[in-house]
Amino acid sequence: MWTFFHKLASPPHFYRLAKTLIPWFAVPGYLLLVYGTYAGLFLAPPDYQQGDAFRIIYVHVPAAYLSMMAYMILAVAGGIGLIWRMKLAHAVAASAAPIGASFTFLALATGSIWGRPMWGTWWEWTDPRLMSELILLFLYFGYMALRGAIDDTAKADKASAVLALVGAVNVPIIHFSVEWWSSLHQGPTLVREGGPAMDTAMLYPLLAMIFGFTFVFGAMLLRRIRTEVLHRERRTRWVKDLVLAD
Amino acid sequence: MDKLAMGGYGVYVWSCFGLTLAIVIVNEWRARHRHRIELRDIEVRIKAMEARQ
Repeated sequence: MWTFFHKLASPPHFYRLAKTLIPWFAVPGYLLLVYGTYAGLFLAPPDYQQGDAFRIIYVHVPAAYLSMMAYMILAVAGGIGLIWRMKLAHAVAASAAPIGASFTFLALATGSIWGRPMWGTWWEWTDPRLMSELILLFLYFGYMALRGAIDDTAKADKASAVLALVGAVNVPIIHFSVEWWSSLHQGPTLVREGGPAMDTAMLYPLLAMIFGFTFVFGAMLLRRIRTEVLHRERRTRWVKDLVLAD
Repeated sequence: MDKLAMGGYGVYVWSCFGLTLAIVIVNEWRARHRHRIELRDIEVRIKAMEARQ
């Protein structure tokens, strides 16, 4: 078991393994997204309250879910890096941040566009769900700015991991904000007592989108980790051999 | 055509899906681009070091 972990954490091994894994994430991911987009836009029936505007759910919910999942990866990988001094974990955290930030932006933007016809406003400054998600975006920006400001990789790893861990308190706040405080945002549809409150014709495309985006995110993350590993190991023998072999 | 109008919500629905597509494309492109740049930088550095020797 431990040899498996040591081998996994070895940069040259992981670099090769990630390359093999990327298509196993990307291909099913994009197939699910193509199905989910088509079914979500054209096969699912319109919502009895929101009409066709509800179809925004098929991009908004996966984006919002990924924004939080990517942050949890940031915090957990940062924590593992701090405790076990595992460099690969820091590389994972650093790679997850820009992807997470882009999906947080997407969740905010699609939410805002959805809010306009449904709530009559693009944005509400006092809304807990909107504000906690906006804070998440700023946490990503802070994390990336902090990393960018410190030249020494080992110091940047430690400082940014502490920031990621402290900021992780925001993730459950985002999730429960619609239950703890009154919010314009609707309550949970999928993860709730009594199971999902959705017809299967609406639910299956949404599940396809959520899993599709998760796989695609995995492929993007693996691709970025490879680059990060290469950069960190740029002075080593194996990287030199690899670059010259091409 | 009727289907594309999304019951009057077409502008909102299509802009959300368009934005999503853009974010996915930019993410994929950035990841690939950064990798190519990194490989090139390392190659340039190795060649510069060899030239000095």
